[in-house]
Amino acid sequence: MKSLQEIQAIRDQMHPELELRHVGSKEANSKYERHVLICGGTGCTSSGSLAIEKALHEEIDKAGLHDKIQVVKTGCFGLCALGPIMIVYPSGAFYSRISAENIPQIVQEHLIGGKPVKELLYDETVTDDGIKGLNETSFYKKQHRVALRNCGNINPEDITEYIGKDGYQALAKVINEMSPEDVIQTVLDSGLRGRGGGGFPTGMKWKLARTIVPDADQKYVCCNADEGDPGAFMDRSVLEGDPHVVLEAMAIAGYAIGASQGYIYVRAEYPIAVDRLRIAIAQAREYGVLGKNIFGSDFSFDIDLRLGAGAFVCGEETALMTSIEGNRGEPRPRPPFPAEKGLYQKPTILNNVETYANIPQIILNGAQWFADLGTEKSKGTKVFALGGKIKNTGLVEVPMGTTLREVIEEIGGGIPNGKKFKAAQTGGPSGGCISPENYDVPIDYDNLIAIGSMMGSGGLIVMDEDNCMVDIAKFFLEFTVDESCGKCTPCRIGTKRMYEMLDKITKGQASLEDLDKLEELCYYIKANSLCGLGQTAPNPVLSTLKNFRNEYEAHVVDKKCPAGVCKDLLMFQIHPEKCVACGLCAKNCPVNAIAEGDVPSKNPKRNAFVIDTTKCIKCGACMDNCRPKAITKG
Amino acid sequence: MAKKTTVPFNGTAQQAEQLMAVIAEHRDDRGALMPVLQKAQDIYGYLPIEVQKIISDEMEIPLEKIYGVVTFYAQFSLFPKGKYNISVCLGTACYVKGSGDLYDKLQEILKIGGGECTADGKFSLEACRCIGACGLAPVMTVNEDVYGRLTTDQLEGILAKYE
Repeated sequence: MKSLQEIQAIRDQMHPELELRHVGSKEANSKYERHVLICGGTGCTSSGSLAIEKALHEEIDKAGLHDKIQVVKTGCFGLCALGPIMIVYPSGAFYSRISAENIPQIVQEHLIGGKPVKELLYDETVTDDGIKGLNETSFYKKQHRVALRNCGNINPEDITEYIGKDGYQALAKVINEMSPEDVIQTVLDSGLRGRGGGGFPTGMKWKLARTIVPDADQKYVCCNADEGDPGAFMDRSVLEGDPHVVLEAMAIAGYAIGASQGYIYVRAEYPIAVDRLRIAIAQAREYGVLGKNIFGSDFSFDIDLRLGAGAFVCGEETALMTSIEGNRGEPRPRPPFPAEKGLYQKPTILNNVETYANIPQIILNGAQWFADLGTEKSKGTKVFALGGKIKNTGLVEVPMGTTLREVIEEIGGGIPNGKKFKAAQTGGPSGGCISPENYDVPIDYDNLIAIGSMMGSGGLIVMDEDNCMVDIAKFFLEFTVDESCGKCTPCRIGTKRMYEMLDKITKGQASLEDLDKLEELCYYIKANSLCGLGQTAPNPVLSTLKNFRNEYEAHVVDKKCPAGVCKDLLMFQIHPEKCVACGLCAKNCPVNAIAEGDVPSKNPKRNAFVIDTTKCIKCGACMDNCRPKAITKG
Repeated sequence: MAKKTTVPFNGTAQQAEQLMAVIAEHRDDRGALMPVLQKAQDIYGYLPIEVQKIISDEMEIPLEKIYGVVTFYAQFSLFPKGKYNISVCLGTACYVKGSGDLYDKLQEILKIGGGECTADGKFSLEACRCIGACGLAPVMTVNEDVYGRLTTDQLEGILAKYE
């Protein structure tokens, strides 16, 4: 248990230490010569960063450098495509895609010799006259980090590093200087909207929970960390990289609405995040920033973890609460809204991880500071998980109102292999596909809805000309069919019927009339489903029907898949004028569907090979093995 | 869908003891069923009806409610998994980069469907939704090992590493 003065002392001591991790900071004053930061997020851990950390400790011990060099395992830096990542401060030298074998060389030449190993640095940071920091790369330059400000910069398993970054200062400020109403007004004025998908004003939620049941004996603050959108991982990265920010924000929310207990509902599939949350909660209790009489006030607040068990519908607020209670995670009709009757029938607020991650900064810097960022109706920044056909896969945080073009071309580095941009999918299974015509629309909540998609939690999957939009719609519907909880009929049966229609289309068995039926069914499911899952399930279909109708028609009318994805519509063909009759295709065909035919090839001694389409299983092995590229599909 | 063959339940006394300790630890908690089931699955590897019955008796929760919860969540399994559990990410980022082909190819190689286990109990195969390593897409895991940037022709070589 620490007093507020002791927390301030830790802050004053840690702050100059941590400033070393900003290239060129004048406040830096560390007892170490260098800080070496290694990404310990899920992405880099998967590509071997733990072995690098181990090797680094061994080499540093061998060289007797441990009082000169501090090794820090951080959360995600964001640029997952380049993992495993290691950064050496104060120079900011940015090593990418390294392995444990590179460590002896880096320790010898850089940490001892003072010369960065240029060939192992991310090439964009190597300039003619030296190296430049991460913040000057095209990936980071346009970013504005609020929610992710500490991710990749601090050790998430050490509360003193968070405190050194002004951690728990916002909680101290609200307890000592603000009334609960002031806090709610500040959040309202900031214009912060829920980052989990719907975009409901956060302050409004808090206000309702404070006022709607004035004499409630118990209220709850919940955090939705059940990040279900496949392809979105910003919540996980915040939990892995900066878990205390969520704890602090939940305590602030507890103070604002008058709750003493919080729950974080986190996916069991995120083991690293769960571990770091456990550590963070234990440390926060030890330091007295969670628990009884925080900072000597009469405000008490504690947080427990609840692990989800893999059900997408539990991202819906009422389903999540039903699940915390130990039941099947089925949603229930609203009203009553959770602000009135939520967890255990008590007034409850539920916000998502990224929403909470903004709160301490709003309290410290003021509502106006936050409201100055973003667009008229969408304030602040948004984190996107960039994935799919894009060079710089990773996490980016940009002010609301940034265009898709800026995110994909400038920050994301564009589409690899010279392919053309075809669509960007936002909002996961509840969202839609954005077509190239809307490349320059500023991204915010309202604009995305206007162009037939939605913000969702912030997954942004880029697709190129090799992706079939009907297949993508079918992919999402398969997901929704799987994840529909089964409670209401429109969703349970409707999504299944939609999936079957899409399956028919991808097999070339549908008619134009089916497209109209499909569209009609979409609107029916949207209007009649009980919860957000069903109400938004048709979005991937509606948006692709609207933006890529010609592709649907190609499947239905011409029985062709223009992107060459839908196997049943593919036809492989060997072009005799290019065939050299080497026979590799026949050799690699698993079903013996290829043999020498009767048309001459480029090889004067043999005829061109031919595919028997009745036997062909469309595996593509022939095409992969054809050196003169004489085989096409279409 | 899980494999439809029945494997005889052979829980040990030691496992039962561990389970009792878990139940005792959570006896006074509200909403304790989920944490108890999660820990029970850690102990036994899966949640056969025998284990559900113990939990039902000890926690005084009707068996049908427990069965309802177990079958609702994807994480809970009624059937044992293979010695090596292969999980292919079918999250959007991996799917657009071809993880569907990996999943098909594995079914072809192992001659089992998704959610099933090979007859010798060595490999089981399942699809998962995003493990968050989107930078490595397409991704699959074999127990704790993560394999990224995969192509279908690497699969046989990877499987061969597991005895």
